Amino acid sequence: MKLNRRVFIGAAGAAAASLQAPAVLGAGKPRVVVIGGGAGGATAARYIAKDSKGAIDVTLVEPSRTYYTCFFSNLYIGGFQELSDIGHSYGTLAANYGINVVHDWAVGVDRDTKLVSLAGGAKLPYDKLVLSPGIDFVDGAVEGWDLSAQNKMPHAYKAGSQTELLKAQINAMPEGGSFCMVAPPNPYRCPPGPYERVSMVAHVLKSVNPTAKIIVADPKPKFSKMGLFQEGWGNHYEGMVDWIGEDFGGGNVSVNPDAMTVTIDGEETKVDACNVIPAMKAGRIAEMAGVTDGNWAPVNAADMSSKADPDIYVLGDASQQGDMPKSGFSANSQAKVCANAVRGALTGSKVFPAKFSNTCWSLISTDDGVKVGATYEATAEKIAKVDGFISQTGETAELRKATYEESVGWYAGITSDMFG
Amino acid sequence: MLAAAGCAAMAQAAEELGDAEAGKKVFNECKGCHQVGPGAENRVGPHLNGLFGRVAGSLEGFRYSKSFRRAGNSGLEWHADSLSDFLKNPRSVASGTRMSYRGLKDETKRADLIAYLRLFSDSPSDIPEADPTAIGTDHGLDPGILALQGDPEYGAYLSSECTTCHQAEGGDEGIPSIVYWPEEDFVVALHAYKNKQRNHPVMQMIAGRLSNEEIAALAAYFEDPE
Repeated sequence: MKLNRRVFIGAAGAAAASLQAPAVLGAGKPRVVVIGGGAGGATAARYIAKDSKGAIDVTLVEPSRTYYTCFFSNLYIGGFQELSDIGHSYGTLAANYGINVVHDWAVGVDRDTKLVSLAGGAKLPYDKLVLSPGIDFVDGAVEGWDLSAQNKMPHAYKAGSQTELLKAQINAMPEGGSFCMVAPPNPYRCPPGPYERVSMVAHVLKSVNPTAKIIVADPKPKFSKMGLFQEGWGNHYEGMVDWIGEDFGGGNVSVNPDAMTVTIDGEETKVDACNVIPAMKAGRIAEMAGVTDGNWAPVNAADMSSKADPDIYVLGDASQQGDMPKSGFSANSQAKVCANAVRGALTGSKVFPAKFSNTCWSLISTDDGVKVGATYEATAEKIAKVDGFISQTGETAELRKATYEESVGWYAGITSDMFG
Repeated sequence: MLAAAGCAAMAQAAEELGDAEAGKKVFNECKGCHQVGPGAENRVGPHLNGLFGRVAGSLEGFRYSKSFRRAGNSGLEWHADSLSDFLKNPRSVASGTRMSYRGLKDETKRADLIAYLRLFSDSPSDIPEADPTAIGTDHGLDPGILALQGDPEYGAYLSSECTTCHQAEGGDEGIPSIVYWPEEDFVVALHAYKNKQRNHPVMQMIAGRLSNEEIAALAAYFEDPE
């Protein structure tokens, strides 16, 4: 059932009467501020609001009115999705869950007075703060590239206009031209997986520009699902993809966005489209809040609370939690553990033990889907992997098709879990 | 409630599933034209692997009669009930079918044959609400496990792990719906994944780390998530 506003208020009234004394005392309802409206933040806001039935005041701070999911953004590049298919608004979270959605940038966190400052000048008080800001790039990670070059050499690592731009540049490549990807070092946000992206670019080029070439300069010696991708590239795009790993100087890269050249291990190449994915770090607000150590924000595995501040929680890509990959699925999984803990701390509701899981699907070509996944548990040190699986090379076309269809079902599931 | 009524009908269909061993002998009548099992190919008739949940006349590479394609286009899907109707009198379902078979009137034999064919169709159709389950291990479950009373509040928390993929409001594109299942079916299905009797790597992994109490809690919650 989708709660309409009237029912929601009614239910909230009934629940409030039976509430136990909240752990946080003071006038009015306890307040939670969530920064970042992606897979971590939107899910956390929704679960806290939904399960507390109005007993907690939830504010979600997210600059974009329309959120484009990074997952399936590669499928848009490949022509399997429209951009509008991966765009979501926050209307349901506001209307049906009573969440106060604020479209603004968070620019500061004062942990002593427990106030979040917004670019527009407002200050938001909180009892618990959830940070789910995703990623920013490490300055100077790729020689010759900085954010001012993102229109010439897009990163397309925040979905939306960047993804659109990259797709347009691929489509505008001259016949037999070159596409280059500068792949990121570990750990990186995924999705949008770089190697699924290579597959999708190859898929487009194969139909519109079959003599084009794809060069991948990679600072890593191997990557996730490598065997599956290499098998797929051989099957579908033979001779098109040239992957240059660490052993062949793939990490020794500089770019010149004005000249549209890429220099790999001393050898300069003219390219027609170039996707630069630099090394990553936690979204800037995590650093401003002082909860990062190095590039990421360390958290306690049991509840995703920051190791620097028990009233701050860090979810998803920005967190340094242990074994989980930086995926939307992971962020969504962590958000539910966090929501349960936050609600318990603020209203005295029962807190259940943490459980985490992740599955990442990738599309290699039409109806050729693969996946990898694992379950995790909270230990004293970190989120630790318990069990996992991965698609096998040589699987039947029927199974690969079912895997792709499953990913489409998952997309519908997770987006309704995030946005209501 | 519609959903609940549907589940009751399905539970009944599951009880009527025949004996696959006996069905194997009945299949001798079909073998002249149809293959089933590992490596089965289209011959005079289409192969019958993955038949359950398949749209009639939809197998690539097989030339169906017009009548059959039309039946598929207008929504005929193969499940226990539609197969039973078809096998009873093929021309009553697709008047122009090229399958020259007079029909199998014996209800028990039909059920046995369908149970046999069911062995060669697995996930994603392998869910109680879609079709009777092929593997006859459902009833091997310890009655103590079935008798466990789950805590729906704990189930509600655990369910958030499920709803990342399975939509909380139902919906079964690519991934089956898991809401409003009869509690027992839910418990049986999850234990079948846990014991690796059902073949889905994600579900085997997820169910593999759920305790008996947690499975009971989820079943209690999903029977009526409201």
